[in-house]
Amino acid sequence: MTADLDIPALSVFVFFFLLVTVMGFVAARWRRPETLAHLDEWGLGGRKFGTWITWFLIGGDFYTAYTVIAVPALVYAVGAYGFFALPYTIIVYPFVFAVMPVLWQAAKDKGYVTAGDVVYGTYGSRSLELAVALTGVIATMPYIALQLIGMEVAIKALGLHGEVPLIVAFLVLAFYTYSSGLRAPALIAFVKDIMIYIVVLVAVAIVPSKLGGYGAVFDAADAAFKAKGSGGILLSSAQILPYASLALGSALAAFMYPHTLTGIFASSGGNTIRKNAVLLPAYTLLLGLLAMLGYMGHAAGLKVTSNNDVVPALFKTLFPGWFAGFAFAAIAIGALVPAAVMSIGAANLFSRNVWKAYVNPNVTPSGEAQVAKITSMLVKIGALVAILVLPTQFALDLQLLGGLWILQTLPALIFGLYVSWFRAPALLAGWAVGFVAGSLIAWSDGLKPLHSLTFGDTKLTLYTGLLALAVNIVVAVVVNAVLTLGGRTPAVAAGR
Amino acid sequence: MESRRRSPLMWLLLLPFLGLLWVPFYNQHDPVLLGFPFFYWYQLAWVPLTSLILYVVYRAVRDDR
Repeated sequence: MTADLDIPALSVFVFFFLLVTVMGFVAARWRRPETLAHLDEWGLGGRKFGTWITWFLIGGDFYTAYTVIAVPALVYAVGAYGFFALPYTIIVYPFVFAVMPVLWQAAKDKGYVTAGDVVYGTYGSRSLELAVALTGVIATMPYIALQLIGMEVAIKALGLHGEVPLIVAFLVLAFYTYSSGLRAPALIAFVKDIMIYIVVLVAVAIVPSKLGGYGAVFDAADAAFKAKGSGGILLSSAQILPYASLALGSALAAFMYPHTLTGIFASSGGNTIRKNAVLLPAYTLLLGLLAMLGYMGHAAGLKVTSNNDVVPALFKTLFPGWFAGFAFAAIAIGALVPAAVMSIGAANLFSRNVWKAYVNPNVTPSGEAQVAKITSMLVKIGALVAILVLPTQFALDLQLLGGLWILQTLPALIFGLYVSWFRAPALLAGWAVGFVAGSLIAWSDGLKPLHSLTFGDTKLTLYTGLLALAVNIVVAVVVNAVLTLGGRTPAVAAGR
Repeated sequence: MESRRRSPLMWLLLLPFLGLLWVPFYNQHDPVLLGFPFFYWYQLAWVPLTSLILYVVYRAVRDDR
């Protein structure tokens, strides 16, 4: 990648970055509440976000900057297998449609702000609440770090070197999140998403015509994989089960994360969520087209040192400087929205389910919001330090484990919405076994997300997170059955 | 409200899972559409299809309160 500064690109980039910075601080006045010193306001934007705001907010924080960089990079590297993100981000919506309005209603009725609140309210167990809250926090931190990687790639593509630009960008983010809370990313998401839509639509319309059409793009990719001797534009038979299980497991995990749940809880009602499940697939179409950029990289004959440089290299090769700058700004701003929502989601968990539960049960609403504001700051600084000090691979490995971990909170969070049979000790046992066994299996596989099971002659390879979830559910059912047969009374459902 | 939420149309929500998790069905090159092998356009086609299914179910279960 060239070290020369591209002045038109840099100017466009700086302009948009300044624009969203101003918006981030002004957001505190947007739909101004009586006070921001309350977690419902700072951390959930007052639970009043309607269909369009929710659409931009969830779209903005679910389809992250890292996605824009990493999905095409994976497709560039391995081909069809990298497309599992497409079925994943389709089947997630029927799940959201069926489950999330029920969860929202429970949260609204009881004043829940976090997944930890839901679990404590349903089962009255402080230990299960803590397990769910801590899982949420540690699964989110590496995710924030990945957003920094996305931003780093975009900044580097502009020819800016060193760590100062990244630090400045992140401090700006930390300060406006501190002052405006969830309103800041919600407002910035409008700009970010419109920019990303423009970039991707222009790219998928113009790039193939420069490269001889989609047929030529697929042929070039096919030839490149054949020459390389690995990957391909179709799945090998050994990849079929991993593909399907990664799609399913990721879809079930996606809305267990604090940042996506924050988007759900912040919406104004069940119908808002249902309408969003209808409308959010528009982003999936975008993601599918974006993934094609990986193949376009082959068609353009790019040779990159790191797969993550495919998207920036493609834009620099095929577009004028100002448009490349616009695209890089879109990616960098695209990192700000999820990073802000993730840090708010993690901070809400810490404030409600750790601080209030263990440190100061009598904390006032404004004290609670203050703890969350400071936590969101610390979480972001922690992610920044991690990216600057630790090897990048560390964040990638942790994020992978994070998906496995967060999936283990699904039974505790969701089952109680439908059946009142489960009790806290059983769900806690399931969570613990799923969490530990899943981590150990992933560790033994060299931190790869796939695990092979052998039954006689048949070898099944599937997503470790899904395997751990199956173990989790089995343990929860068995322990619960034993406890129930032991003659004790069924679940004390405080929220029922 | 509870009964409306359990509309039989909710079963339609399983269709995207069937269509997309049965991978061998679509893991092939032909037929090609507008340069896209079947594997790609089939999955992309499920995006608007899923939206449509969700919209149909939404009409049946929404609770305007």
